[in-house]
Amino acid sequence: MGGKSEPTKSESMATKTTNPDLLNSSFFPFKSLKLKTKQQELLLRISILGLVYILAFIARLFSVLRYESMIHEFDPYFNYRTTLFLTEKGFYEFWNWFDSESWYPLGRIIGGTLYPGLMVTAALIYWTLRFLRFFVHIREVCVLTAPFFASNTTLVAYFFGKEIWDTGAGLVAAVLIAICPGYISRSVAGSYDNEAVAIFALLLTFYLFVKAVNTGSLAWALGSAFGYFYMVSAWGGYVFIINLVPLYVLVLLITGRYSMRLYIAYNCMYILGMLLAMQIRFVGFQHVQSGEHMGAMGVFLLMQVFYFLDWVKYQLNDTKLFQTFLRITVTSAILVGGIALGVGTASGYISPWTGRFYSLLDPTYAKDHIPIIASVSEHQPTAWSSFMFDYHILLFLFPAGLYFCFKRLTDATIFIVMYGLTSLYFAGVMVRLILVATPAVCLISAIAVSATVKNLTSLLRTKQKVSQTGSTKGAGSSKASSKVTLDQSQPFQKNGAIALLLGVFYLLSRYAIHCTWVTSEAYSSPSIVLAARGAHGNRIIFDDYREAYYWLRQNTPTDAKIMSWWDYGYQITAMGNRTVIVDNNTWNNTHIATVGRAMSSYEDEAYDIMRSLDVNYVLVVFGGVTGYSSDDINKFLWMVRIGGGVFPVIKEPDYLVNGEFRVDKGASPKMLNCLMYKLCYYRFGELTTEYGKPPGYDRARGVEIGNKDIKLEHLEEAYTTSNWIVRIYRVKPPTNRL
Amino acid sequence: MARSSTSKDAQDLFHSLRSAYLATPTNLKIIDLYVCFAVFTALIQVAYMSLVGSFPFNSFLSGVLSCIGTAVLAVCLRIQVNKENKEFKDLAPERAFADFFLCNLVLHLVIINFLG
Repeated sequence: MGGKSEPTKSESMATKTTNPDLLNSSFFPFKSLKLKTKQQELLLRISILGLVYILAFIARLFSVLRYESMIHEFDPYFNYRTTLFLTEKGFYEFWNWFDSESWYPLGRIIGGTLYPGLMVTAALIYWTLRFLRFFVHIREVCVLTAPFFASNTTLVAYFFGKEIWDTGAGLVAAVLIAICPGYISRSVAGSYDNEAVAIFALLLTFYLFVKAVNTGSLAWALGSAFGYFYMVSAWGGYVFIINLVPLYVLVLLITGRYSMRLYIAYNCMYILGMLLAMQIRFVGFQHVQSGEHMGAMGVFLLMQVFYFLDWVKYQLNDTKLFQTFLRITVTSAILVGGIALGVGTASGYISPWTGRFYSLLDPTYAKDHIPIIASVSEHQPTAWSSFMFDYHILLFLFPAGLYFCFKRLTDATIFIVMYGLTSLYFAGVMVRLILVATPAVCLISAIAVSATVKNLTSLLRTKQKVSQTGSTKGAGSSKASSKVTLDQSQPFQKNGAIALLLGVFYLLSRYAIHCTWVTSEAYSSPSIVLAARGAHGNRIIFDDYREAYYWLRQNTPTDAKIMSWWDYGYQITAMGNRTVIVDNNTWNNTHIATVGRAMSSYEDEAYDIMRSLDVNYVLVVFGGVTGYSSDDINKFLWMVRIGGGVFPVIKEPDYLVNGEFRVDKGASPKMLNCLMYKLCYYRFGELTTEYGKPPGYDRARGVEIGNKDIKLEHLEEAYTTSNWIVRIYRVKPPTNRL
Repeated sequence: MARSSTSKDAQDLFHSLRSAYLATPTNLKIIDLYVCFAVFTALIQVAYMSLVGSFPFNSFLSGVLSCIGTAVLAVCLRIQVNKENKEFKDLAPERAFADFFLCNLVLHLVIINFLG
């Protein structure tokens, strides 16, 4: 669908500036419908934007069509559960919610530890639809929130492009961002995560701020403060905004572009934005206490100094006197600022950069100090293939766009250049942040495309103009001779321009094909349902996760506590409706380390830990029968590392043989007898998984397991799903004392 | 020798600033007075906080930030209304005041919510 409509759009974009008369005469046979050029242009723009809006929405619907309308992955299940709670109980209950169903026995203050933007947005859409008497289920609203906001992002991208460059760049930016895989990856239908609305809020904030800087109007600055508030309510990545905007202001100050408009825009946005942001409980007082936000405050004070100096200079009209004044003020301001910062940091009042953001500046920090952050696959550094996969032609259009931006430096282009460069640096540090860089890359590439196409088509048009004026105006011999020489080289230039335009058209159509293919193949799988090809090419669906969670929901007592690795916590609480010990929020490292320790100990020690946590059921994920490689045995070393980080009795070398992780006969004895091994491979030794292989052949690791004769003393098997992916065990109560 | 020149410079500075400031229009002087009042109130609040401690912190923050906020917004209004600023030549003072009013409204609504 994307491939077919894209070529017509690029074609129409390329030709709309060349032949308006042609359009008029051949496509509008009715003389009464003769529109002026400006009206035709407006009609074209609106129709293009409308098509882009629809395209952005439908390109994200692959998984809904192939599987069903369900929530994907892990984190979205928590968001879904909280949205459900919000719509059922109302806003006050939601804001003050203390949840005792997760992190047993600690509980979690959900109201104070989440970013409510996404849930409130979905709930508002749901209530609006209900008000209009469309009685949809909240799950449908949640599933389709992300594509809806992706469409809105394309509109904002259009206006932003218009602000930075011109309407052509805006249109190209809207098209590019509608199908860019870097954005689609986190905003498919079903991916009900914070980034779905956060990217919209990010781009909106930036657009409104640049508009405020360009116009100097307080109203636009107020708008950008509201955009910033929406961003803070939606995602923890708002720290990027509160550091990029002051950095941009600083760069403008350094390059001598200080102006009253900048003062108005930044000050209004900072004060109002900061106040609004502090209304979110999770953010709290961080804007005045955290080291990550001090840059904004520093630039705020610097702006006051600049304004004051500017005013004094204007009043004095005498340079010598002003110089002395300048010296005194600047030195005293720097002294005061430095002392305040030093005292604040040294006394600990200003907290240092948190681990999550510090690891962006120093990528090796997390691996050594915080294994939980290092273990998340999205936090790994980006490979070149990921860049190519997610950006395609935008990768080389980006430097071209940078060139155009530097040719025409305004306040707005400086902003987009800074946004592009900083976000690309962070995208190189962490895969997940490719998403943040996508709007900048799309905008700058759009500038390159639009400027190039504009130059080429103007080359095409000059020949007609020159020949017309050459025939009508005979005056001026020098003018005539220059026109004649221009005329002689024209045919060559015109052919070249047509060839280049065809090249641009080809590139953009390849981009569209690539994006559609990537969306279809890579980014449309709900990780909770797995699919594979059978022997005859038919599609086999593995729905084991949901099978296990519904078994839990229907066959366990309502106050049962489930112990599993933290990946599955959100899904168990949302679908199984049972209390879990640890979940994806990972706010308490010691609690997770306790679970990790239990999984890596022998059964007796693990039983003591499980009794102390009141565990009734243990859930493990096992991929040996299906060849599913994201199972708990493959994650086991992370459990050991995290557990060993808090409890030194767990030593990683105990589980390795010559530094190698093995599960076959040559594995270490601790590995062969730990709880995770026993729970995963219980009764597996009798099972033949593949034709021609011995029983107990683990298809995910590709080896025959070492310990086939497993006896469980304190646990008994409660349920194993049809493809052995999820296995649930019941913890037996202690035997009676004799 | 250096001391007397710097003190003389300071005196010259002071006098020329004073004479230049007396020439500004009255409406701008009123706005300046308002800004000084807001900053002065903020300083009083900070002094009070240093005496009695900063609990509850949200009330302290909302008080100080409301003073700073109104001061900053008043300065923005002054910039937009000042006839000598060429960038804002074609901005009607009514529009500037309406923007100022709207921003102050939002500011004070948030402050009231934040006071606790």
